[in-house]
Amino acid sequence: MTLIDPVWTSLLYLAAAVCFILALKGLNSPRTARRGNLVGAFGAVLAVATVFTSVKMDNVPWILGAMVVGSGVAAPVARQVRMTQMPQLVALFNGVGGGAAALVALLELAHTEDRWVRVAIVFTLLVGAVSFAGSAITFSKLQELMTTRPVVFPGLPTLMGAVLLAAVGAAVAVVFSGSLALALLLLVLGLAAGVLLVLPVGGADVPIVISLLNAFTGLAVAASGLVLGNVLLVVAGTLVGASGTILTRAMAAAMGRSVAGILFGAFKGGSTAGSTAVSDRPVRSSSAEDVAVLLGYAQRVIIVPGYGLAVAQGQHTAAELALALEARGIDVDFAIHPVAGRMPGHMNVLLAEANVPYESLKEMGEINSEFRTADVALVVGANDVVNPAAKTTPGSPIYGMPILEVADARQVVFLKRSMRPGFAGIENELMYEPQTTLLFGDAKESLAKVLSAVKALKLS
Amino acid sequence: MDGIALLTITVLAIFVGFEVVSKVSSTLHTPLMSGANAIHGIILVGAIIVAGQASDPWVLAVALLAVVLATANLVGGFVVTDRMLEMFRGRKRVVPPDGKSAAVEAGSKGRTR
Repeated sequence: MTLIDPVWTSLLYLAAAVCFILALKGLNSPRTARRGNLVGAFGAVLAVATVFTSVKMDNVPWILGAMVVGSGVAAPVARQVRMTQMPQLVALFNGVGGGAAALVALLELAHTEDRWVRVAIVFTLLVGAVSFAGSAITFSKLQELMTTRPVVFPGLPTLMGAVLLAAVGAAVAVVFSGSLALALLLLVLGLAAGVLLVLPVGGADVPIVISLLNAFTGLAVAASGLVLGNVLLVVAGTLVGASGTILTRAMAAAMGRSVAGILFGAFKGGSTAGSTAVSDRPVRSSSAEDVAVLLGYAQRVIIVPGYGLAVAQGQHTAAELALALEARGIDVDFAIHPVAGRMPGHMNVLLAEANVPYESLKEMGEINSEFRTADVALVVGANDVVNPAAKTTPGSPIYGMPILEVADARQVVFLKRSMRPGFAGIENELMYEPQTTLLFGDAKESLAKVLSAVKALKLS
Repeated sequence: MDGIALLTITVLAIFVGFEVVSKVSSTLHTPLMSGANAIHGIILVGAIIVAGQASDPWVLAVALLAVVLATANLVGGFVVTDRMLEMFRGRKRVVPPDGKSAAVEAGSKGRTR
């Protein structure tokens, strides 16, 4: 194959880099977001086409085969995954990207004698490995393959410190010796550090960690660009590293948390791990018919959807219930917490998928003052985002997180599967309040029962 | 390219990265994170370069593994972001699998609010 002029290579890479900047810019607004993403994908195709025509390549059939395998696995999964499982898929894709960067750096070690290049190599190895292992743990937490509670054990901070010290030592040794064996050791230490970093993070904070690891992978990719002397990798990686850092801080702020508090909070032990005991205090549980009466004779109902609704695929039933209530002249809104679901904006995506009209979706700041005028707040499969402990219990893991003020409504109805605490693993005092009624069962089934009971009510 | 030029580019890219995502509403945090996630899949370019220069079969095997992982990141990242954003787009209705929400759809059009 004849190769193109290096100037053209640089210009095409520049065009790809501009596409990535425009993609991030486009993702700033709902109107331009989809186009932005397509521009980014175009940039990626352009860059990959360019690399094949710019350097002398062996093994081209093998490489194309590997690309077919990679897209053959990823594209169908990305296309078919249920929207509720999207966060863990993003974590997974992020992890494999970090892993790829680490492998590239490992292979480049043999090709260089330059100490500065080796510095970039050890950085990529370590950060890429942390991102890979950390993402694997976040994936297991979100997929509930392991406990969503913070995993802490005595000596964890000491172990983490020892691993980091050893990693720094190994990194320095690799820079001066170029030893492949030591580089492999560094890779293993990086994997261990990634696991130890994410284990103590509580379930509710996992999305922020995904965002942080996303920024890490960006930095690893940027460093691998320095290793290969490839400007596009440097620019794209740095863009993701920088924007990912800002995004992580914005997400943490939306949940009233600090990034350092999330990563190291559980190290302090104590109440951060949440109370494990499920108390046996009495709660008021009732039947679907009773709930239907409460709803059917209200003036104003605010529905608070949570992850439980999404898991039960109850969005359509919730939308039907809202319509049935509106047919009785009742004012119905959906109150969306910024982190309802598992990630900021996740619930908006899920409800939009279920065809709930946009004008019924109210953001927290808009709806919070309206709970006071609501007769019934119907909490469907949500827990942590309405837990008053966020305001009243300073030791609680969710303390400081802004919540939906459902306690202000005259009546609160929880549709819950069980008394099991929410994702953050803490109890909700609100469930023991006299104004609260609980209806146990799968969110979708409960909604369907309430819906038919509402329809059976005579119009007053 | 010399080190100083690369450093200059890196520093400028940091500022562009900061600037381009400040002031994003929380609704778009998830798609933005997912889009950024897809962009770092461009490590595929690096993996291809390394695989294209490999002569030892073991090196080639590891490089091809990197190509597979990077492609998964790149392709999967853009596809899943597109799916997320599809949901944000206007009122175009998708035929629901259970057929139930036909009623919801008709009803929501008739809403007066």
